[in-house]
Amino acid sequence: MSIPHRHLIICHECDQVLKEIPLPNGGVACCSCCGATLYRHTQDSINRTLAFAVAAAVMYVIANCFPIIGIDFQGNYNEVTLPGAISSVWNQGRPVISTLVLFCIIVAPAVEIMLMICLLLPVRMGQKALGVYPIMRTLQVIKTWGMVEVFMLGILVALVKLTTDFIVIYEVAIWAFAALTLLLASMTASFNPREVWQQLDQIAEDGEAP
Amino acid sequence: MKGKSRLSAKSLGYCSCHVCGLVSRPDNDDDTIDLCPRCHTTLHMRKTGSIERCWALLLASAILYVPANTLIMMETGTLISYRKDTILSGVVHLWVSGSWFVAAIVFVASIVVPLFKIIALALLLMSVQRRSRHWIPQRTRLYRLVEAVGRWSMLDIFVVTLLAALVQIRSLAIVKAGPAAIAFGAVVVLTMLAAMAFDPRLIWDPIRKEKP
Repeated sequence: MSIPHRHLIICHECDQVLKEIPLPNGGVACCSCCGATLYRHTQDSINRTLAFAVAAAVMYVIANCFPIIGIDFQGNYNEVTLPGAISSVWNQGRPVISTLVLFCIIVAPAVEIMLMICLLLPVRMGQKALGVYPIMRTLQVIKTWGMVEVFMLGILVALVKLTTDFIVIYEVAIWAFAALTLLLASMTASFNPREVWQQLDQIAEDGEAP
Repeated sequence: MKGKSRLSAKSLGYCSCHVCGLVSRPDNDDDTIDLCPRCHTTLHMRKTGSIERCWALLLASAILYVPANTLIMMETGTLISYRKDTILSGVVHLWVSGSWFVAAIVFVASIVVPLFKIIALALLLMSVQRRSRHWIPQRTRLYRLVEAVGRWSMLDIFVVTLLAALVQIRSLAIVKAGPAAIAFGAVVVLTMLAAMAFDPRLIWDPIRKEKP
Protein backbone atom coordinates (compact mmCIF):
# COMPACT_ATOMS: atom_id res chain seq x y z
CA MET A 1 0.00 0.00 0.00
CA SER A 2 1.17 3.53 -0.77
CA ILE A 3 2.01 6.00 1.96
CA PRO A 4 -0.10 9.19 1.87
CA HIS A 5 1.46 12.69 2.14
CA ARG A 6 -1.43 15.02 2.86
CA HIS A 7 0.37 18.38 2.74
CA LEU A 8 1.94 17.93 -0.66
CA ILE A 9 0.44 18.81 -4.01
CA ILE A 10 1.64 17.57 -7.36
CA CYS A 11 0.90 19.68 -10.42
CA HIS A 12 -1.09 17.51 -12.82
CA GLU A 13 0.41 19.26 -15.86
CA CYS A 14 4.13 19.48 -15.14
CA ASP A 15 4.64 17.02 -12.25
CA GLN A 16 6.09 19.66 -9.92
CA VAL A 17 5.95 18.83 -6.20
CA LEU A 18 4.55 21.71 -4.16
CA LYS A 19 3.51 22.39 -0.60
CA GLU A 20 -0.11 23.15 0.14
CA ILE A 21 -0.82 26.74 1.26
CA PRO A 22 -3.99 28.20 2.80
CA LEU A 23 -5.95 30.43 0.43
CA PRO A 24 -7.90 33.65 1.03
CA ASN A 25 -11.60 33.78 0.08
CA GLY A 26 -12.00 33.15 -3.62
CA GLY A 27 -8.27 32.60 -4.06
CA VAL A 28 -6.72 30.31 -6.65
CA ALA A 29 -3.49 28.37 -6.17
CA CYS A 30 -1.43 28.11 -9.35
CA CYS A 31 1.65 26.02 -10.07
CA SER A 32 4.84 28.05 -9.65
CA CYS A 33 6.38 26.23 -12.58
CA CYS A 34 3.77 26.02 -15.36
CA GLY A 35 0.93 28.18 -14.04
CA ALA A 36 -1.74 25.47 -14.04
CA THR A 37 -4.60 25.91 -11.59
CA LEU A 38 -3.99 23.55 -8.67
CA TYR A 39 -6.92 24.24 -6.38
CA ARG A 40 -9.38 27.00 -5.59
CA HIS A 41 -11.06 28.39 -2.54
CA THR A 42 -14.81 28.51 -3.13
CA GLN A 43 -17.15 29.93 -0.59
CA ASP A 44 -19.90 27.63 0.64
CA SER A 45 -19.15 25.23 -2.21
CA ILE A 46 -21.25 22.25 -1.20
CA ASN A 47 -24.47 24.19 -0.51
CA ARG A 48 -24.19 26.28 -3.65
CA THR A 49 -23.34 23.38 -5.93
CA LEU A 50 -26.25 21.40 -4.52
CA ALA A 51 -28.64 24.31 -5.10
CA PHE A 52 -27.46 24.75 -8.70
CA ALA A 53 -27.72 20.99 -9.30
CA VAL A 54 -31.32 20.82 -8.08
CA ALA A 55 -32.27 23.86 -10.19
CA ALA A 56 -30.50 22.33 -13.19
CA ALA A 57 -32.44 19.08 -12.69
CA VAL A 58 -35.75 20.98 -12.94
CA MET A 59 -34.60 22.92 -16.02
CA TYR A 60 -33.31 19.72 -17.59
CA VAL A 61 -36.77 18.13 -17.41
CA ILE A 62 -38.42 21.21 -18.94
CA ALA A 63 -35.77 21.45 -21.66
CA ASN A 64 -36.34 17.83 -22.68
CA CYS A 65 -40.13 17.67 -22.50
CA PHE A 66 -41.11 20.80 -24.41
CA PRO A 67 -40.50 21.87 -28.02
CA ILE A 68 -37.41 23.98 -28.69
CA ILE A 69 -38.35 25.84 -31.85
CA GLY A 70 -41.19 25.70 -34.33
CA ILE A 71 -41.32 26.75 -37.98
CA ASP A 72 -44.18 28.00 -40.09
CA PHE A 73 -43.96 27.51 -43.85
CA GLN A 74 -46.98 28.64 -45.85
CA GLY A 75 -49.39 27.54 -43.17
CA ASN A 76 -47.61 24.26 -42.41
CA TYR A 77 -46.42 24.18 -38.83
CA ASN A 78 -43.72 21.93 -37.43
CA GLU A 79 -42.01 21.95 -34.04
CA VAL A 80 -39.35 19.80 -32.46
CA THR A 81 -38.38 18.58 -29.01
CA LEU A 82 -34.89 17.27 -28.30
CA PRO A 83 -35.88 13.58 -27.95
CA GLY A 84 -38.07 14.06 -31.05
CA ALA A 85 -35.12 15.42 -33.01
CA ILE A 86 -32.95 12.50 -32.00
CA SER A 87 -35.51 9.86 -32.95
CA SER A 88 -36.25 11.68 -36.21
CA VAL A 89 -32.58 11.64 -37.23
CA TRP A 90 -32.40 7.96 -36.25
CA ASN A 91 -35.37 7.21 -38.52
CA GLN A 92 -33.71 9.06 -41.38
CA GLY A 93 -30.99 6.41 -41.31
CA ARG A 94 -28.36 8.27 -39.26
CA PRO A 95 -28.15 6.21 -36.05
CA VAL A 96 -24.53 7.26 -35.35
CA ILE A 97 -25.34 10.95 -35.26
CA SER A 98 -28.46 10.49 -33.18
CA THR A 99 -26.58 8.33 -30.67
CA LEU A 100 -23.86 10.96 -30.40
CA VAL A 101 -26.40 13.71 -29.74
CA LEU A 102 -28.32 11.46 -27.33
CA PHE A 103 -25.16 10.85 -25.34
CA CYS A 104 -23.83 14.43 -25.28
CA ILE A 105 -27.06 16.32 -24.65
CA ILE A 106 -29.37 13.89 -22.85
CA VAL A 107 -27.34 11.17 -21.11
CA ALA A 108 -24.18 13.00 -20.01
CA PRO A 109 -25.87 16.06 -18.41
CA ALA A 110 -28.47 13.82 -16.72
CA VAL A 111 -25.76 11.60 -15.25
CA GLU A 112 -23.75 14.64 -14.16
CA ILE A 113 -26.68 16.33 -12.40
CA MET A 114 -27.88 13.10 -10.79
CA LEU A 115 -24.47 12.05 -9.51
CA MET A 116 -23.81 15.54 -8.18
CA ILE A 117 -27.01 15.37 -6.09
CA CYS A 118 -26.29 11.78 -4.99
CA LEU A 119 -22.81 12.81 -3.91
CA LEU A 120 -23.47 16.13 -2.20
CA LEU A 121 -26.75 15.48 -0.42
CA PRO A 122 -25.29 12.86 1.97
CA VAL A 123 -22.09 14.90 2.42
CA ARG A 124 -24.22 17.92 3.32
CA MET A 125 -26.01 15.82 5.95
CA GLY A 126 -22.70 14.57 7.33
CA GLN A 127 -23.00 11.01 6.09
CA LYS A 128 -20.85 9.03 3.75
CA ALA A 129 -22.62 8.49 0.45
CA LEU A 130 -22.73 5.03 -1.07
CA GLY A 131 -20.20 4.56 -3.83
CA VAL A 132 -18.45 7.91 -3.41
CA TYR A 133 -15.31 6.84 -5.24
CA PRO A 134 -17.00 5.58 -8.43
CA ILE A 135 -19.18 8.72 -8.37
CA MET A 136 -16.17 11.06 -8.19
CA ARG A 137 -14.45 9.11 -10.95
CA THR A 138 -17.50 9.19 -13.22
CA LEU A 139 -18.08 12.91 -12.59
CA GLN A 140 -14.55 13.63 -13.75
CA VAL A 141 -15.04 11.73 -17.01
CA ILE A 142 -18.62 12.72 -17.81
CA LYS A 143 -17.88 16.46 -17.47
CA THR A 144 -16.00 16.42 -20.79
CA TRP A 145 -18.88 14.87 -22.72
CA GLY A 146 -21.80 16.97 -21.55
CA MET A 147 -22.16 19.64 -24.23
CA VAL A 148 -25.28 21.62 -23.37
CA GLU A 149 -23.52 24.95 -23.98
CA VAL A 150 -22.38 23.85 -27.44
CA PHE A 151 -25.94 22.71 -28.18
CA MET A 152 -27.22 26.14 -27.12
CA LEU A 153 -24.92 27.76 -29.68
CA GLY A 154 -26.16 25.13 -32.16
CA ILE A 155 -29.76 26.25 -31.55
CA LEU A 156 -28.76 29.87 -32.25
CA VAL A 157 -26.96 28.96 -35.48
CA ALA A 158 -29.96 26.87 -36.57
CA LEU A 159 -32.23 29.87 -35.85
CA VAL A 160 -30.17 32.09 -38.14
CA LYS A 161 -30.23 29.47 -40.89
CA LEU A 162 -34.00 29.06 -40.54
CA THR A 163 -35.00 32.72 -40.52
CA THR A 164 -34.12 33.14 -44.21
CA ASP A 165 -36.81 30.69 -45.35
CA PHE A 166 -39.30 30.25 -42.54
CA ILE A 167 -41.24 32.06 -39.84
CA VAL A 168 -39.57 30.87 -36.65
CA ILE A 169 -41.46 30.50 -33.37
CA TYR A 170 -39.49 30.35 -30.10
CA GLU A 171 -40.89 27.65 -27.84
CA VAL A 172 -40.48 26.96 -24.12
CA ALA A 173 -37.43 24.69 -24.24
CA ILE A 174 -35.17 27.25 -25.93
CA TRP A 175 -35.39 29.37 -22.76
CA ALA A 176 -35.02 26.25 -20.63
CA PHE A 177 -31.84 25.36 -22.51
CA ALA A 178 -30.48 28.87 -22.02
CA ALA A 179 -31.17 28.61 -18.28
CA LEU A 180 -29.75 25.08 -18.14
CA THR A 181 -26.53 26.29 -19.80
CA LEU A 182 -26.10 28.98 -17.15
CA LEU A 183 -27.01 26.65 -14.28
CA LEU A 184 -24.61 23.93 -15.38
CA ALA A 185 -21.81 26.48 -15.79
CA SER A 186 -22.50 27.83 -12.29
CA MET A 187 -22.62 24.30 -10.91
CA THR A 188 -19.22 23.48 -12.42
CA ALA A 189 -17.76 26.76 -11.19
CA SER A 190 -18.92 26.30 -7.60
CA PHE A 191 -18.06 22.60 -7.38
CA ASN A 192 -14.82 22.08 -5.48
CA PRO A 193 -13.79 18.41 -5.43
CA ARG A 194 -11.00 19.19 -2.96
CA GLU A 195 -13.47 20.39 -0.36
CA VAL A 196 -15.62 17.30 -0.92
CA TRP A 197 -12.61 15.05 -0.30
CA GLN A 198 -11.75 16.97 2.86
CA GLN A 199 -15.34 16.61 4.08
CA LEU A 200 -15.24 12.89 3.31
CA ASP A 201 -11.97 12.53 5.24
CA GLN A 202 -13.59 14.37 8.14
CA ILE A 203 -16.64 12.11 8.07
CA ALA A 204 -14.40 9.02 7.97
CA GLU A 205 -12.38 10.30 10.95
CA ASP A 206 -15.51 11.05 12.96
CA GLY A 207 -16.77 7.57 12.18
CA GLU A 208 -13.59 5.97 13.50
CA ALA A 209 -13.39 7.99 16.71
CA PRO A 210 -16.25 6.93 19.02
CA MET B 1 13.25 30.00 -16.16
CA LYS B 2 12.30 29.22 -12.62
CA GLY B 3 11.55 25.53 -12.68
CA LYS B 4 14.42 24.52 -14.91
CA SER B 5 16.40 22.37 -12.56
CA ARG B 6 13.69 21.07 -10.28
CA LEU B 7 13.00 17.44 -9.67
CA SER B 8 9.77 15.93 -10.90
CA ALA B 9 7.43 14.08 -8.58
CA LYS B 10 8.16 10.94 -10.57
CA SER B 11 11.89 11.05 -9.90
CA LEU B 12 11.20 11.68 -6.20
CA GLY B 13 8.89 8.67 -6.14
CA TYR B 14 5.74 10.67 -5.40
CA CYS B 15 2.52 10.10 -7.26
CA SER B 16 -0.76 12.00 -7.10
CA CYS B 17 -4.06 10.23 -7.57
CA HIS B 18 -5.81 11.44 -10.73
CA VAL B 19 -9.21 11.15 -9.07
CA CYS B 20 -8.81 12.55 -5.55
CA GLY B 21 -5.47 14.37 -5.89
CA LEU B 22 -3.96 12.78 -2.78
CA VAL B 23 -0.17 12.60 -2.97
CA SER B 24 1.32 9.30 -1.94
CA ARG B 25 4.52 7.39 -2.28
CA PRO B 26 3.99 4.00 -3.88
CA ASP B 27 6.53 1.35 -2.88
CA ASN B 28 7.98 0.05 -6.09
CA ASP B 29 9.72 -2.95 -4.60
CA ASP B 30 7.10 -5.52 -5.44
CA ASP B 31 5.09 -6.12 -8.61
CA THR B 32 1.70 -5.37 -7.07
CA ILE B 33 -0.42 -2.59 -8.53
CA ASP B 34 -0.32 0.51 -6.35
CA LEU B 35 -3.65 1.84 -5.17
CA CYS B 36 -4.49 5.30 -3.84
CA PRO B 37 -4.76 5.05 -0.04
CA ARG B 38 -7.87 7.26 -0.02
CA CYS B 39 -10.00 6.25 -3.00
CA HIS B 40 -8.36 3.00 -4.16
CA THR B 41 -7.82 4.16 -7.74
CA THR B 42 -4.90 2.54 -9.55
CA LEU B 43 -1.97 4.96 -9.42
CA HIS B 44 0.09 5.88 -12.47
CA MET B 45 3.17 8.09 -12.59
CA ARG B 46 2.28 8.83 -16.24
CA LYS B 47 -0.71 7.89 -18.35
CA THR B 48 0.00 4.42 -19.70
CA GLY B 49 0.83 4.17 -23.41
CA SER B 50 0.10 7.85 -23.79
CA ILE B 51 2.13 8.52 -26.93
CA GLU B 52 1.06 5.38 -28.79
CA ARG B 53 -2.62 5.79 -28.03
CA CYS B 54 -2.55 9.46 -28.87
CA TRP B 55 -0.86 8.81 -32.24
CA ALA B 56 -3.33 6.06 -33.11
CA LEU B 57 -6.37 8.19 -32.34
CA LEU B 58 -4.84 11.20 -34.05
CA LEU B 59 -4.05 9.31 -37.27
CA ALA B 60 -7.57 7.89 -37.37
CA SER B 61 -9.05 11.37 -37.00
CA ALA B 62 -6.69 12.83 -39.62
CA ILE B 63 -7.83 10.18 -42.11
CA LEU B 64 -11.52 10.81 -41.34
CA TYR B 65 -10.98 14.56 -41.69
CA VAL B 66 -10.86 14.05 -45.48
CA PRO B 67 -14.32 12.47 -45.97
CA ALA B 68 -15.70 14.84 -43.33
CA ASN B 69 -14.80 17.77 -45.56
CA THR B 70 -15.39 16.31 -49.02
CA LEU B 71 -18.66 14.41 -48.57
CA ILE B 72 -22.11 15.99 -48.26
CA MET B 73 -22.93 17.35 -44.80
CA MET B 74 -26.48 18.53 -45.39
CA GLU B 75 -29.06 18.30 -48.18
CA THR B 76 -31.60 21.10 -48.31
CA GLY B 77 -34.62 20.95 -50.58
CA THR B 78 -37.36 23.53 -51.04
CA LEU B 79 -39.87 24.04 -53.85
CA ILE B 80 -37.53 26.34 -55.73
CA SER B 81 -34.10 24.86 -55.02
CA TYR B 82 -32.20 21.76 -54.00
CA ARG B 83 -28.71 22.08 -52.57
CA LYS B 84 -26.12 19.62 -51.38
CA ASP B 85 -23.65 21.25 -49.03
CA THR B 86 -20.30 20.15 -47.74
CA ILE B 87 -19.12 21.86 -44.55
CA LEU B 88 -17.20 24.51 -46.49
CA SER B 89 -19.91 25.21 -49.07
CA GLY B 90 -22.39 25.54 -46.20
CA VAL B 91 -20.20 28.21 -44.66
CA VAL B 92 -19.86 29.99 -48.02
CA HIS B 93 -23.63 29.85 -48.50
CA LEU B 94 -24.15 31.40 -45.05
CA TRP B 95 -21.58 34.10 -45.86
CA VAL B 96 -23.09 35.14 -49.19
CA SER B 97 -26.60 35.11 -47.78
CA GLY B 98 -25.53 37.84 -45.37
CA SER B 99 -25.05 36.00 -42.06
CA TRP B 100 -21.32 36.59 -42.02
CA PHE B 101 -21.07 36.47 -38.23
CA VAL B 102 -22.66 33.01 -37.98
CA ALA B 103 -20.62 31.91 -41.00
CA ALA B 104 -17.48 32.88 -39.10
CA ILE B 105 -18.58 30.93 -36.00
CA VAL B 106 -19.32 27.81 -38.03
CA PHE B 107 -16.08 28.19 -40.01
CA VAL B 108 -14.02 28.37 -36.83
CA ALA B 109 -15.86 25.55 -35.04
CA SER B 110 -16.03 23.10 -37.94
CA ILE B 111 -12.93 23.74 -40.02
CA VAL B 112 -10.32 25.69 -38.06
CA VAL B 113 -10.67 23.93 -34.69
CA PRO B 114 -10.41 20.28 -35.87
CA LEU B 115 -7.47 21.12 -38.15
CA PHE B 116 -5.78 23.11 -35.38
CA LYS B 117 -6.22 20.21 -32.96
CA ILE B 118 -4.77 17.64 -35.34
CA ILE B 119 -1.73 19.80 -36.18
CA ALA B 120 -1.16 20.90 -32.58
CA LEU B 121 -1.33 17.36 -31.16
CA ALA B 122 0.99 16.07 -33.91
CA LEU B 123 3.51 18.82 -33.06
CA LEU B 124 3.25 18.08 -29.34
CA LEU B 125 3.74 14.36 -29.89
CA MET B 126 6.74 14.84 -32.18
CA SER B 127 8.41 17.30 -29.81
CA VAL B 128 7.86 14.96 -26.87
CA GLN B 129 9.29 12.01 -28.79
CA ARG B 130 12.37 14.05 -29.75
CA ARG B 131 12.66 15.02 -26.06
CA SER B 132 12.72 18.67 -27.11
CA ARG B 133 13.79 21.19 -24.44
CA HIS B 134 12.47 24.27 -26.24
CA TRP B 135 9.24 26.25 -25.85
CA ILE B 136 8.12 24.20 -22.86
CA PRO B 137 5.67 26.67 -21.23
CA GLN B 138 4.30 27.58 -24.67
CA ARG B 139 3.72 23.93 -25.51
CA THR B 140 1.92 23.43 -22.18
CA ARG B 141 -0.33 26.36 -23.03
CA LEU B 142 -0.94 24.94 -26.50
CA TYR B 143 -2.09 21.67 -24.92
CA ARG B 144 -4.44 23.54 -22.58
CA LEU B 145 -5.94 25.33 -25.57
CA VAL B 146 -6.40 22.05 -27.49
CA GLU B 147 -8.24 20.57 -24.53
CA ALA B 148 -10.44 23.61 -24.06
CA VAL B 149 -11.63 24.21 -27.63
CA GLY B 150 -12.23 20.58 -28.66
CA ARG B 151 -15.86 20.30 -27.62
CA TRP B 152 -16.99 23.31 -29.68
CA SER B 153 -16.44 21.43 -32.95
CA MET B 154 -19.55 19.42 -32.18
CA LEU B 155 -21.56 22.53 -33.14
CA ASP B 156 -22.26 21.49 -36.73
CA ILE B 157 -23.54 18.06 -35.66
CA PHE B 158 -26.11 19.70 -33.40
CA VAL B 159 -27.15 22.21 -36.08
CA VAL B 160 -27.66 19.44 -38.65
CA THR B 161 -29.63 17.34 -36.15
CA LEU B 162 -31.96 20.22 -35.31
CA LEU B 163 -32.51 21.24 -38.94
CA ALA B 164 -32.99 17.67 -40.18
CA ALA B 165 -35.63 17.05 -37.53
CA LEU B 166 -37.37 20.40 -37.85
CA VAL B 167 -37.50 21.01 -41.59
CA GLN B 168 -39.67 18.07 -42.56
CA ILE B 169 -42.60 19.73 -44.29
CA ARG B 170 -43.83 17.24 -46.81
CA SER B 171 -42.78 18.06 -50.38
CA LEU B 172 -42.37 21.76 -49.54
CA ALA B 173 -39.14 21.86 -47.59
CA ILE B 174 -36.85 19.10 -46.45
CA VAL B 175 -33.40 18.84 -44.81
CA LYS B 176 -31.37 15.64 -44.60
CA ALA B 177 -28.15 14.90 -42.79
CA GLY B 178 -25.46 13.65 -45.18
CA PRO B 179 -22.72 11.02 -44.77
CA ALA B 180 -20.10 13.65 -43.89
CA ALA B 181 -21.86 14.23 -40.58
CA ILE B 182 -20.87 10.72 -39.42
CA ALA B 183 -17.24 11.19 -40.42
CA PHE B 184 -17.19 14.65 -38.87
CA GLY B 185 -18.67 13.40 -35.59
CA ALA B 186 -16.00 10.70 -35.53
CA VAL B 187 -13.25 13.31 -36.10
CA VAL B 188 -14.47 15.36 -33.15
CA VAL B 189 -14.79 12.38 -30.80
CA LEU B 190 -11.42 10.90 -31.84
CA THR B 191 -9.53 14.19 -31.43
CA MET B 192 -11.12 14.64 -27.99
CA LEU B 193 -10.01 11.13 -27.01
CA ALA B 194 -6.53 11.82 -28.42
CA ALA B 195 -6.23 15.00 -26.35
CA MET B 196 -7.31 13.05 -23.27
CA ALA B 197 -4.74 10.33 -23.96
CA PHE B 198 -1.87 12.82 -24.18
CA ASP B 199 0.03 13.37 -20.94
CA PRO B 200 1.25 17.01 -20.59
CA ARG B 201 3.83 15.95 -17.99
CA LEU B 202 5.82 14.36 -20.82
CA ILE B 203 6.53 17.88 -22.14
CA TRP B 204 8.39 18.72 -18.92
CA ASP B 205 10.24 15.44 -18.46
CA PRO B 206 13.34 16.29 -20.59
CA ILE B 207 14.30 19.30 -18.42
CA ARG B 208 13.74 17.65 -15.07
CA LYS B 209 16.86 16.67 -13.23
CA GLU B 210 17.08 12.97 -12.58
CA LYS B 211 17.34 11.93 -8.96
CA PRO B 212 21.01 11.96 -7.87
